[in-house]
Amino acid sequence: MNTRAQIRMLPDGRRLHMNDGPIDLIVEAFGARGEILRAYETAAERFVTVLDELCAELPQLRQSPREDLTPRGVIAQRMTRVVSPYAKAAFITPMAAVAGAVAEEILAAMVAATTLSKAYVNDGGDIALYLAPGQEFSIGMVERPDRPSLFGTLRIRSADAIRGIATSGWRGRSFSLGIADAVTVLAGSAASADAAATMIANAVDLPRNDKIVRVPARELAPDSDLGDRLVTQSVAPLTANEVRKAVDAGANFAQKLRNEDLLVAAALCLQGETRIIGSQSELMSQTNVRQGRTLVHA
Amino acid sequence: MADDAIRCDACPVLCYIKPGRTGSCDRYANHDGQLVRIDPHVVLDRAVSRGESVVAFLGKNADWDGSLVSGADTFVTAIGAGTTYPDYKPAPFIISSEVAGVDMVTVVTEGIFSYCGVKLKIDTDRHLGPECAPVRSQGEIVGHVTTNEYGSQMLSLGGVRHLTGGSRHEGTVTCDTLLNLCNGKAAELEIDGGAKVTVQSGWPPVVDGVREERMRVGCGSATIGMFAKQWEGKVDDVVVVDDHITGVLSEHQAGKLLGIPPTGIKMKGRRSTPGRYFKVAEPGTSWGGTNISDPLSILAPFEEGVAWRGLRLLMVSTTGEHYAYFELDEQLRPFEKELPANLRESVERIRENCEPALCSVLFMGGAGGSLRAGVTENPVKLTHSVRDTLTRVTCGGAPVYVWPGGGITLMVDVSRMPENAFGYVPTPALVAPIEFTMKLTDYAELGGYMSQVRPLSAIRQKEEESRKRVPAHPGNPWPLEVSEKGRAR
Repeated sequence: MNTRAQIRMLPDGRRLHMNDGPIDLIVEAFGARGEILRAYETAAERFVTVLDELCAELPQLRQSPREDLTPRGVIAQRMTRVVSPYAKAAFITPMAAVAGAVAEEILAAMVAATTLSKAYVNDGGDIALYLAPGQEFSIGMVERPDRPSLFGTLRIRSADAIRGIATSGWRGRSFSLGIADAVTVLAGSAASADAAATMIANAVDLPRNDKIVRVPARELAPDSDLGDRLVTQSVAPLTANEVRKAVDAGANFAQKLRNEDLLVAAALCLQGETRIIGSQSELMSQTNVRQGRTLVHA
Repeated sequence: MADDAIRCDACPVLCYIKPGRTGSCDRYANHDGQLVRIDPHVVLDRAVSRGESVVAFLGKNADWDGSLVSGADTFVTAIGAGTTYPDYKPAPFIISSEVAGVDMVTVVTEGIFSYCGVKLKIDTDRHLGPECAPVRSQGEIVGHVTTNEYGSQMLSLGGVRHLTGGSRHEGTVTCDTLLNLCNGKAAELEIDGGAKVTVQSGWPPVVDGVREERMRVGCGSATIGMFAKQWEGKVDDVVVVDDHITGVLSEHQAGKLLGIPPTGIKMKGRRSTPGRYFKVAEPGTSWGGTNISDPLSILAPFEEGVAWRGLRLLMVSTTGEHYAYFELDEQLRPFEKELPANLRESVERIRENCEPALCSVLFMGGAGGSLRAGVTENPVKLTHSVRDTLTRVTCGGAPVYVWPGGGITLMVDVSRMPENAFGYVPTPALVAPIEFTMKLTDYAELGGYMSQVRPLSAIRQKEEESRKRVPAHPGNPWPLEVSEKGRAR
């Protein structure tokens, strides 16, 4: 048990807010009142040890995954597992999936202990979903994380193979090697969505373009897992051609990931341009921008 | 390891934090080598805004305990309500509540305003640019300079010509600029042949990198009038430098009334009436909104036989920000000296009478026919109802000014609206919340969608998952308050 963690209900009386160090979760469960309360108790109980578990092996989690070295913690193992498919071709560390993996762990604990109709755990935009048969979530999508304005909504049904949503981009809280304003990925789990979003956001890029200001990650945060790799700090307005080129690069990569079943769908946003990978039905509402938003999460 | 970084021990992550940056939590920061904690609410707010807050309730109580509230204390704003445009369908939310025994109905919708703009009032006397000059953001023309009003420069941004009438990029940049300003964020504007100015609702403007502190107390002539009595006996003449009307104490009516003798001072510029001069210099960003840095440059030689050796002259700008004190030598040439203590007081008085300079942002848009059709089957009746003050119009719960004349063209002070109340669509156009509140009986009379009216409690129970409650702006009238006649104010 740690004394740092803050756990409380939000003023709306429905959602649970849990914070410990850099982990900030918003949790909501749906179902019978007693079950919801029990789910929140379970979530809180599981939550209080999460940060210590992760920090115990933080140095290892900040390095590329190694086949001969399996981490001890279940969250760390999940992080390592989902980044491994990328590790051969590119630099990635398990930290790329930390938010999604934590969301997944808390959700799993709640679902195992109670009977809910649906639930979500939102870890700073990386969301793990639970849907009992016949249930669905409507999700609002934002183009720029620093400016919450929806560009579309999508509906996730229990029959869809989607249980995780993650968004990555240089404007977000984590560093990005690319220039995407936001890449949102729908995948089978929150941790795998998190890893995929990070990598696609890195791939939306224009190499050697002086409109992009990049700084070694270490200069901003000395202990960043990205070391001396250049992270994006600002992007000046690009020409339509440049936007297309950068989005193409990301989209090709996303398509490849989709072919390998690493994701179900992705939306790539860069300076007003949005590209969808995956079937249109999975990311509906592109034509219904800002319409029919009666239920909005995320 | 960089030696200027500090180690944060607030949690086991043990971040090394560089000066001016936060740790991985965004909560603890390195401020000049000190570990400081940033207000935890910032994090919570950010987490929540990143989260789901799209539809907002305005509650009078910030701390809602989760219990059902009475209708009078909850007002459903249109923020995030969605819109049915361009279909002629009822608005997304038509909500009834009982207020002081009168059934009220609020029609809530989000309007897509491709015909909209922002009126900017920038409190500064500095010359921002000539009238009609284009105003640019990111190189694109997003509006123009309009008139110079009392102590302020007015800009008009947006409008349909910039939003959809120009290039695609011009439209996107215009929309982006309007959205930032309306949502209370800063915008950097550059005026052709003028200044670079950073504006943000409720904040002082920054003109060419200099933050404006104060609004002038009056024009140069008015300042003479206000302070003449305080200068009497302490100084022989005073020039208040102003780009519009520079005032001279000894020639001014106020000086004459006090019996202040002529000093033989000779001003450049064009004399309007005694003691009042136009165009003593070119407009600029220095003394009193002129381009001068040396105040003596607006004086011609003093008149021999009238002026005298030792004559004391104070020159001051309309904000008291610039001042200089001179005495004449034997050749009647002014030499600068230190400002005497008894005059310092009057300069400070001018300064303290100048109010803080701020930028104000008014959103202006017209509720078009299709938006009105979401309220009633006969859109013009809504216009009439607003004209007859039977219907109150609000934007995100904030009061609006409805222009006289045709249509429902309104202006609203964005600082009175909840945060991030505005959105956009790629058209490009702004999405702004708009609510129409009236008596249920009046709603029926103007052809409202009576079958769509839902009680507040139904909204609460069925769809509350996606709502956010925010406290009402303390300065706003409560939108549901009923006047004595039982009408929405």
